[in-house]
Amino acid sequence: MEYFIQQLINGLTLGAIYGLIAIGYTMVYGIIGMINFAHGEIYMIGAFVSFIAFLVLGAVGITYIPLALLVVLLLAMVFSAIYGWSVERIAYRPLRGAPRLSPLISAIGMSIFLQNYVQILQGARVKAMQPLISGGFTLMEHDGFTVTISYLQIFIIVLTIVLMAVFATVIGKTALGRAQRACEQDRVMASLVGVNVDRTISLTFVMGASLAAVAGLMVTIYYGVIDFYIGFLAGIKAFTAAVLGGIGSMPGAMLGGLLIGLVEAFWSAYFSIEYKDVAVFSILVLVLIFRPTGILGKPEVDKV
Amino acid sequence: MSEAQQSIRTETFNIPAALKDAFLTAFVMGALALPLAGFRIGEQGGAFFAEQRMDWVLIAVVAGFIGRFFLSLARVSLAPRIAPPAGAFFGGIGSWLHTNMVLMSGLAIIAAVILPFLPFTDRLILDRAIYMLIYVMLGWGLNIVVGLAGLLDLGYVAFYAVGAYSYALLSTHFELSFWICLPLAGLFAAGFGVILGFPVLRLRGDYLAIVTLGFGEIIRVILLNWYTVTNGPDGISGIARPSLFGLMEFTRNPKEGVVAFHEFFNIPFSGEHRMVFLYFLILALALITNFFTLRMRKLPVGRAWEALREDEIACRSLGINPTNVKLSAFAIGAMFAGFAGSFFATRQGFVSPESFTFIESAIILAIVVLGGMGSQIGVVIASFVLVLGPEFIRELQEYRMLAFGGLMVLIMMWRPRGLLAYRDPTIRLWPVKSKGARK
Amino acid sequence: MTTATAPTRLLEVEHLTMRFGGLVAIDDVSFSANDKEITAIIGPNGAGKTTVFNCLTGFYKPTVGRLTLHHPKGDFLLEQMEGFRIPQKASVARTFQNIRLFPQMTVLENLVVAQHNVLMSASAFSLAGLLGLRRYKDAERESIELARYWLDKVGLLDRADIDAGNLPYGDQRRLEIARAMCTEPVLLCLDEPAAGLNPKESAELNELLLFIRDSHKIGLLLIEHDMSVVMKISDHVIVLDYGCKIADGSPEAVRDDPNVIRAYLGEDEDEELPPEVLADLKIDTPKPQNMPGSE
Repeated sequence: MEYFIQQLINGLTLGAIYGLIAIGYTMVYGIIGMINFAHGEIYMIGAFVSFIAFLVLGAVGITYIPLALLVVLLLAMVFSAIYGWSVERIAYRPLRGAPRLSPLISAIGMSIFLQNYVQILQGARVKAMQPLISGGFTLMEHDGFTVTISYLQIFIIVLTIVLMAVFATVIGKTALGRAQRACEQDRVMASLVGVNVDRTISLTFVMGASLAAVAGLMVTIYYGVIDFYIGFLAGIKAFTAAVLGGIGSMPGAMLGGLLIGLVEAFWSAYFSIEYKDVAVFSILVLVLIFRPTGILGKPEVDKV
Repeated sequence: MSEAQQSIRTETFNIPAALKDAFLTAFVMGALALPLAGFRIGEQGGAFFAEQRMDWVLIAVVAGFIGRFFLSLARVSLAPRIAPPAGAFFGGIGSWLHTNMVLMSGLAIIAAVILPFLPFTDRLILDRAIYMLIYVMLGWGLNIVVGLAGLLDLGYVAFYAVGAYSYALLSTHFELSFWICLPLAGLFAAGFGVILGFPVLRLRGDYLAIVTLGFGEIIRVILLNWYTVTNGPDGISGIARPSLFGLMEFTRNPKEGVVAFHEFFNIPFSGEHRMVFLYFLILALALITNFFTLRMRKLPVGRAWEALREDEIACRSLGINPTNVKLSAFAIGAMFAGFAGSFFATRQGFVSPESFTFIESAIILAIVVLGGMGSQIGVVIASFVLVLGPEFIRELQEYRMLAFGGLMVLIMMWRPRGLLAYRDPTIRLWPVKSKGARK
Repeated sequence: MTTATAPTRLLEVEHLTMRFGGLVAIDDVSFSANDKEITAIIGPNGAGKTTVFNCLTGFYKPTVGRLTLHHPKGDFLLEQMEGFRIPQKASVARTFQNIRLFPQMTVLENLVVAQHNVLMSASAFSLAGLLGLRRYKDAERESIELARYWLDKVGLLDRADIDAGNLPYGDQRRLEIARAMCTEPVLLCLDEPAAGLNPKESAELNELLLFIRDSHKIGLLLIEHDMSVVMKISDHVIVLDYGCKIADGSPEAVRDDPNVIRAYLGEDEDEELPPEVLADLKIDTPKPQNMPGSE
């Protein structure tokens, strides 16, 4: 039982991270109807920016952890957002209206490019960081097995909830959110009634990228180990989360992320850690067979 | 596309606007470079620290400014004169290659056949040629899936792996010969293609892309961890080398009852004999892939592949079953990857999961995209440049994937159908010569 | 040929209802279409005309309703068939409001692809084709002959080998009809075939449709905004408004039907404009994007 609860906590933490990445996939898919293959790399870049920012802050003597975290969070979000913006500007915007396959190929090209770009600039070796925050609460103790929730896990879950609330407000209440929803419905019509479609799409990428950057920061401080390749698998898993939750739906992405996190945690705990990726991938295939619209997704109607 | 570029531009060069653009680009370049190029994570005695490298940021800013300014300048003054001719140039090469197809392919095949007997050909050259031909074959196989049917398969290497491991396992466990394993490996790979494709091919194209991407990774994970069968990261060694159709072997001391090649022809033993044999084997396999594809293109299935790439909804309205047609392309592509995989296994005598990473899929895709989707000769040229280029110029190795990724983006912007793309009609009503008939 | 025997029912639509979430696009519509006749479905924008087509041709599954096609080979219940089987088995062909050709394939290839199923069985699922057997070669020759026949009829014979995407707009419309005819249908559904055509092209289209009706003895179902086309060639007109059928009958009867006039003019509007004038004034759907050099 204790073991189970511990895995639940671990799974939720992991799921929060996947959920944040999945939102980027879902938002972009909603607005341009395409998978942003480079999104996993944006998350990886977010992790690297966070790592470097911590090192630089440490070097200039900012060691008060809450301040450092806040500064790093902002830096990671801003710089990753610029990467997200550039990806859209270079790999997607010139290809609007091109044959269906072209943006997919240019996006996968972008993903390969960014992976190798970081590898060349930062080296292929794994980067490891000292745990920034240690300690936590002991929730239960039984037969020598303790259930703990670390401060870090609390931080991750709380931050995720706060960000979700902020983004839900932005999309539900502001003009930008309205413009986004308008573009999702009908891009031509939206532009006719005065929505700046290009800018709205750019901002969607920026928002998605900044959330992915937060996920990158979380991974950096939670696991403390990053390399240039982490975006690849995390990207596939987060995409699975987005599909599971129903692609195009923000709450769905978060829900999917949590479920994927839980599946991964429990699978690793009770079955085999080696095959956790296989388990997640099988979920993707099963969802696509039996319920391609996901849990909260709306059925897609072919426009003939 | 070239049509768009050919339209005459009437804008004049607007210096303030160009400067503004250049400043913005410089700013973005600076922001992009600052965190990742401006600092490098260094390591000393297990501790990490950030190394400052602001000169790199400066270079990025200056390059961004100058690059963008000249791009604006070029777009107005040069592009109308240069871009269409350049586009027409590559399109022209593509169409020239295709109109002189018989001559060109004849020459290429003759060159390929006599290569092993040329005086300067040594082991190294043969080895490189075999290496390149594997990619040519994989490129041709993937071209069916991506170029003809328009399905983006990002895990092509998985089928290559299935082929290689099928052969490795069949040969080590059951001691089946290469010539029995080869078709079996192809069948297994095609079977995997069907199992994977069936659920996904009903859905939108990008789902297929991400599922194949995941599948490629999953196959690798399974190969790494399923020790009892695959022997994990250590791989499978001692895979049987191919014999000359079971008649002769290329070993110094053949098994009992089998004649050695050098004994039969009464020539001194040389390792190069096997090399030459392998070379001809992959050449034949690759050419079979090519001729099969060319033939399929002119059959109803092949035309349906292309029609599906163009418009799936129209296909459905004509009574074409999209799932079956896609599945056939996907499975046939997988089958050729399986053949190539079993060749790879027999050539190396050893397989391990390391050979089947996503990078391999990316290289094969880059070959298809750069060569021109649907263009068979384009694949050969692209394999030559992309596979052999970095082999000969070692310094390029590190930047190879960076360049591939970048090139894929640029080519999609400039020529979305691929650099040397050219499409030859599969059927004609009028003879080609009578251009007068076209009004 | 002019002496019409009693027309036979080709298509019967009973209680067709289509809902998208809360929106009722078609509400309990029943009508029938006869063999060897042109049946037009008209109605203001958003009346549900294209939705009817999409249900008939399997792109949508109707929420409620029975769609029966009386094929010479027997009856088909279209609502139960998978999309691609409707053209394949029940021989219903269609065109699209925003033309859907295979733009990078040649005109001839477009027509040969339409004969996919015939050629596929002739090639024994590619086997006979791969081996180059006589049987497949003959089938291919026949398919080219059929294509040549239709190319001649739509006046594109000399342009058979150019890419379909490079044809002018009007030619693309006619090619799409030729492609649908190459599937040898018993019912041809045309979604606004005259949209974007100039008067001359429109007149040619009328002739083509009448030719198809009279010489090929099939039923045609037509969605049209252009009243001149509808009134001139239709044998039977059905009017939809807000997903409901409001009139059904001969062109003349429908034109004078007060319900129809109200649907087109609205209750409170100026009553002097006849419906066809208003329909002509109506802004047409925008041109599809895949048209280089339309007009």
